[in-house]
Amino acid sequence: MGQRIQELQERAKAIRRHIVTMLGESGSGHPGGSLSAADIVSVLYFDTMKVDPDQPDWQARDRFVLSKGHAAPVLYAALAEKGFFSKEELMTLRKLGSRLQGHPDMKKLPGVEMSTGSLGQGLSAAIGMAMGLRLDGGEQRVYTLLGDGEVQEGQIWEAAMAAGHFKLDNLTAFLDYNNLQIDGPVDVVMNVAPLNDKWRAFGWHVIEIDGHDIEQILKALEEAKATKGKPTMIIAKTIKGKGVSFMENQVGWHGNAPKPDQVEQALKDLA
Amino acid sequence: MTKKIATRDAYGQELVRLGAENKDVVVLDADLSKSTKTHDFMKNFPERFFNMGIAEANMMATAAGLAATGKIPFASTFAMFATGRAFEQIRNSICYPKLNVKIAATHAGVTVGEDGGSHQSIEDIAIMRALPGMTVFVPADAVETAAAIRAAAEIQGPVYIRLGRSGVPVIHGEDFKFTPGEAVTLREGSDVALIATGIMVSAALEAAEKLAEEGIQAMVLDVHTIKPLDIFAVVEAARQCGAVVTAEEHSIIGGLGSAVAETLSEHFPVPLQRVGVRDTFGESGKPAELLEYFGLTAANIIEAAKKVMAKNK
Repeated sequence: MGQRIQELQERAKAIRRHIVTMLGESGSGHPGGSLSAADIVSVLYFDTMKVDPDQPDWQARDRFVLSKGHAAPVLYAALAEKGFFSKEELMTLRKLGSRLQGHPDMKKLPGVEMSTGSLGQGLSAAIGMAMGLRLDGGEQRVYTLLGDGEVQEGQIWEAAMAAGHFKLDNLTAFLDYNNLQIDGPVDVVMNVAPLNDKWRAFGWHVIEIDGHDIEQILKALEEAKATKGKPTMIIAKTIKGKGVSFMENQVGWHGNAPKPDQVEQALKDLA
Repeated sequence: MTKKIATRDAYGQELVRLGAENKDVVVLDADLSKSTKTHDFMKNFPERFFNMGIAEANMMATAAGLAATGKIPFASTFAMFATGRAFEQIRNSICYPKLNVKIAATHAGVTVGEDGGSHQSIEDIAIMRALPGMTVFVPADAVETAAAIRAAAEIQGPVYIRLGRSGVPVIHGEDFKFTPGEAVTLREGSDVALIATGIMVSAALEAAEKLAEEGIQAMVLDVHTIKPLDIFAVVEAARQCGAVVTAEEHSIIGGLGSAVAETLSEHFPVPLQRVGVRDTFGESGKPAELLEYFGLTAANIIEAAKKVMAKNK
């Protein structure tokens, strides 16, 4: 267990370094919510999910939908780290002609399962995937990652209702609960708490964890897999900008790219 | 008296046939399955039918997810809610990733009737036509509807199918051939071209017959595919007749009339009159009364034909 956790921590750190570097190069993008989700994404791609970078369309693969699509850098970093494309290509983020669009585009980049970015829609798409895979009797599981601000969208609750109603136990969602959105703290802009009771009321199995603790993430995913008859929501308490000293818990780093000297500092933090 | 069948009924029946042949066909509805006629599919294939409740936004994005796993989802609800309520889901979750979702929108136009302006979708063609990669079908009768549903299932990518609530005359025979993107010439003529879509095709045929009694030879073109528009047929009709009337149960802004106007002004400008709802909302009434009230009858087409021919003299 110890070595497995250490490896996943190293992957998460590598993912964070890619995030900082690629955003520095692009000059725009969303570092805060990408860094907060790095540990979760690291566990999904390097432990839990069955995916094959050599066959991105492999029928038996698990699916991941990044519902909070603005955190595209964390997904791109994980896909490159996994081998879906070269790490050098990360440097094309947000540039004209790049496969790495500002928000994930499934038509352009292998490994991206759903085009997202318009908040509130990814969970519904994940539900459709879970329904489709179950219909075929497959063993595949569908994972999705939501933002805490994102759940202010009404469609999320339409989707929450449907996933509970259809008892989609092959669906696991993470809620990246970093408590910051563009205009400030989530509970100030539009309070979404209590989230555990809300999801539970919609028929979900709810697990609350520290979203930076690899061991807790792994355990929660095992529990989700063992849960029958309901979808699972893993509410992960996180820190926006996690790992970069000057970004942590700073609302200003929601959608700002670091300057070259800041990239340097960030990489020192992530050494 | 010609037999009348609502296009939504033809949709429901064809869906069952399609479902029997193709196991990938799945159907979603938003608590309107009795009205959209998807309940026949539900009875036949309950495991492939998903009632998503009164939640259109989620229904459209869920359909996108089903398509991503290789299914051919038909998402059904009223045209108003499909294209209005769930526009952005159709744009960003279906069209942007070019997913294989078919949107069957019933109760389009003013002939939904008594429910009134809030339920009379007369902007949906304009909205769907603006989306890159979206195919837009507006069938004229039951035969054309069945063919359009079948064609939609074969097309790889998003398709919008506009259907109506009320019965409309069956104008096509059993030998009718439906080719997506190809307009159908129902009547030859050289004085004026009546270019119609949906329920206005039968009105255009009626208008052409009456015009013939006055010695005016009207061509009638049935445009079942608004997008991609049959540019060749539209230009050819304008070339042969020198004057064009468009007819649709939709706003004159953004629908067939606009599509034809755009095409002609780029390729072959001739005088044009648009028969359609003139920048106003609908209201309650019986379908026939509403068609009369909003100027969507054969008489209105005849009037427009004479007006546009006069411009040409």
